[in-house]
Amino acid sequence: MSLDTLDRRRVSEQAPSGRLRTDRRDRRWRATARLDGPNRPSRALLVALLLACATLITLDKQGGDHSPLEPARQAVGEVFGPVETATSAMIRPFVAVPGWFRTHDSLRGEINELEAENARLRAESETSSYDRNRLDEYDGLTQAAGDLGYSLVPARVVGIGPAQSFSQTVTIDAGSRAGVHPDMTVLNNDGLVGRVLRVTSSTATVLLIVDAESVVGGRVGESMEIGFLHGRGTLGSSGHLELELADASEVPAKHDTVVTWGSQSGAPYVSGVPIGRVSSVYSSLRETSQRAVIEPFVDFGSLDLVGVVVPSGSSSDRAVVGADGNLR
Amino acid sequence: MNLLRALAACLVVSLALVLQVSLFPHFAWQGIVPNLCLLVVVGAALTRGPQTAIVLGFLAGVALDLAPPADHVAGRWALSLVIVGYVAGRVRQDVKPTAIAVVGTVAASSFIGTSVFAITGLILRDPLLDVGQLLEVILVAVLWDVLLTPFVLPPVMTLFNRLQPERATT
Repeated sequence: MSLDTLDRRRVSEQAPSGRLRTDRRDRRWRATARLDGPNRPSRALLVALLLACATLITLDKQGGDHSPLEPARQAVGEVFGPVETATSAMIRPFVAVPGWFRTHDSLRGEINELEAENARLRAESETSSYDRNRLDEYDGLTQAAGDLGYSLVPARVVGIGPAQSFSQTVTIDAGSRAGVHPDMTVLNNDGLVGRVLRVTSSTATVLLIVDAESVVGGRVGESMEIGFLHGRGTLGSSGHLELELADASEVPAKHDTVVTWGSQSGAPYVSGVPIGRVSSVYSSLRETSQRAVIEPFVDFGSLDLVGVVVPSGSSSDRAVVGADGNLR
Repeated sequence: MNLLRALAACLVVSLALVLQVSLFPHFAWQGIVPNLCLLVVVGAALTRGPQTAIVLGFLAGVALDLAPPADHVAGRWALSLVIVGYVAGRVRQDVKPTAIAVVGTVAASSFIGTSVFAITGLILRDPLLDVGQLLEVILVAVLWDVLLTPFVLPPVMTLFNRLQPERATT
């Protein structure tokens, strides 16, 4: 075999095989396009993501209060908290009730309002039947007003959880730097709002009392009966609470006021904060207890300015409203 | 995936999340707000296909689960938005989707997304609500999302087309 015939053969072999290769490449390209084409995600990725979701759910559900995702929540909160605060501050003048901002668009105005609110709240509490009863019962041993000597850290609601998430939580713009810590009472000028769940350095997440998972110890102001208030988790401003009295024989009257009975060392709820009014009473035969529907004083649909109850004398990055109504 | 593109997509999701939490509660009906994150995921699915959409859906869902003031079990929104990304991506035809197709996809996605979230809640006993209330929330949420579609979907879809123009024609 001479060299040139070999060469020719090589050429004749190469030509079709070259065409074949491009053909194959073409086909392979088309095949992959059909497989992971725009209309079909890779199955591995889908399964991986679904498994990741399941892992997240399991970790968080099993972890409970000490969930391994709590640091992640904290980190995301540190990022999104200030952004929410800034956005809220930016859009507040446009969406807030115009009458409010005609006169109070400065911080000074806000603080004055809070002062008045604090004074009114204390006055209201002091004159309520709850405190009259308490003073009668303890024969003046307990100073009700002294017990209500809270300091308040003023804060504004900057983010509200969507009802699609089926939990009633809000973000406020006061965090650990303002002296706010988990399990502190949050109230506004109408009454009890909720308690602090977790804090970042500049924001805090508040669980509203109307949330389905919220339980508050309550006391009927007229009869001093104690019971537990469960959130109904209902929507928007039509939120209701359900009062279950410890003493089944006691029937709360309509329009009775319910206040918190408080917990040890004021966490999560301090005592004597008005919660709501009895709007209807029914008895649950199965559980042999009296239940009452409580209409909260706070309008959860238009929540804005709130106060977080902090121990007197705690340090904060903003002016704290003292027990005597003064600013510190 | 280009880092810049991924970053832009994350920014869009973050913006949607912040608006959903801070701006729209002022216009909410009984606390129900349009689910902007879901709309962004549907927009990505209609332009980029399910591959991008499920990844974006996972990221948006985790953000929704962790950013304040969320307090439900984490991973629930992630799961429902991954499913939304997959379903909305499968709906996509090779032709440019018509307005009616977009609205229909949004309605179906919103229904599926909120329902999956609600069902996981029922299974995990997280919110303890009754089914009537769940259905009411789901239907209002669908209405909101459809209402917001003409304002949110066109810019989102334009953006995702811009992010990767070479595939926009396929």
